[in-house]
Amino acid sequence: MSKTFDTVADIIADTCDIDRDTISADSHVIDDLGIDSLDFLDVVFAVDKAFGIKIPHEKWTEEINEGRATAEDYFILKNLCTRIDELVAAKSA
Amino acid sequence: MRLEYFQMLDAIVAMSDEEIRTRAVVPDESTVFEGHFPGHPLMPGVLLIETMAQTCGTMVMAANGYERLPLLVGVKDAKLRQFVPPRTVIEGHGRMEHNGSGYAVVKADLNVDGKRIANAQLTYTLIKWPAPDLQAFMVEHIAGLRAAA
Repeated sequence: MSKTFDTVADIIADTCDIDRDTISADSHVIDDLGIDSLDFLDVVFAVDKAFGIKIPHEKWTEEINEGRATAEDYFILKNLCTRIDELVAAKSA
Repeated sequence: MRLEYFQMLDAIVAMSDEEIRTRAVVPDESTVFEGHFPGHPLMPGVLLIETMAQTCGTMVMAANGYERLPLLVGVKDAKLRQFVPPRTVIEGHGRMEHNGSGYAVVKADLNVDGKRIANAQLTYTLIKWPAPDLQAFMVEHIAGLRAAA
C-alpha cells in the first residue's frame, strides 16, 4: 500500500472517527465510509496541509455535477490518492 | 453593531489576504437584551461567534476577489472566556489558516482592552453568489466598513 494511501487513511480515521481497519484502497469515501460533504471538507483540509497542496475540490464537484467525471474518479480512495500524487508532482515540477 | 440585523462589525481597521482586524461596539440598547437577560443585558455567546465569523468571512471574501460568498459551516475549539455587557468595545482579529478550493479555514479571536475574550477555528464553504445584487451590496458594505476605520 502506498505512503499516500496510509496518510490519507489515517487522516480519514482521525477526522471522521472511522475504524482505520475498515478503510481500504477500494473504499468509496461516501458510499462505503459514509463521509458527508462537511466531514469531507475537514478531510480535504487535513490532506491539503499534510501534502502542501490545494485539492481542487470545487472543480471536482463541478465536473461530477456536470457529468464530466464520475464520483468514483475522485471518491474511491485509490483514485483520490492518485490525484493527490499528481498534485504533489505538479507542485514539485 | 446592529444586533437585530446581524450586522456585527462597525469598522475594518486593517485587512490583507492573510489577516484582518475589526472593531465593534456592543450597543447600549437592543431588543436582544430584553430577553438576554431581563435587567441583566449580556451579549449572547452565539453572537460573539457570529462576530468572529463576520470578521474572518470578510477577509475570506476579499482574499477570493469577492467572487464567492463564504458561508460558515464549521466551528471548532470555540471558547467564550468572558461575559460581554453593552458598550464593550470588541477588537476582532482573524488569520487565514488555509484558503482552499471552495473552502477556507481561519483562526479567529476577539479581544477587549487587549485581553482575549473568545477564540475559535472556523470553516467556510465558498459558494457562487446567488444574486449579483447581493455581491454588489456586500462589496459596498465592506467598503463602508473600511472607510469607517
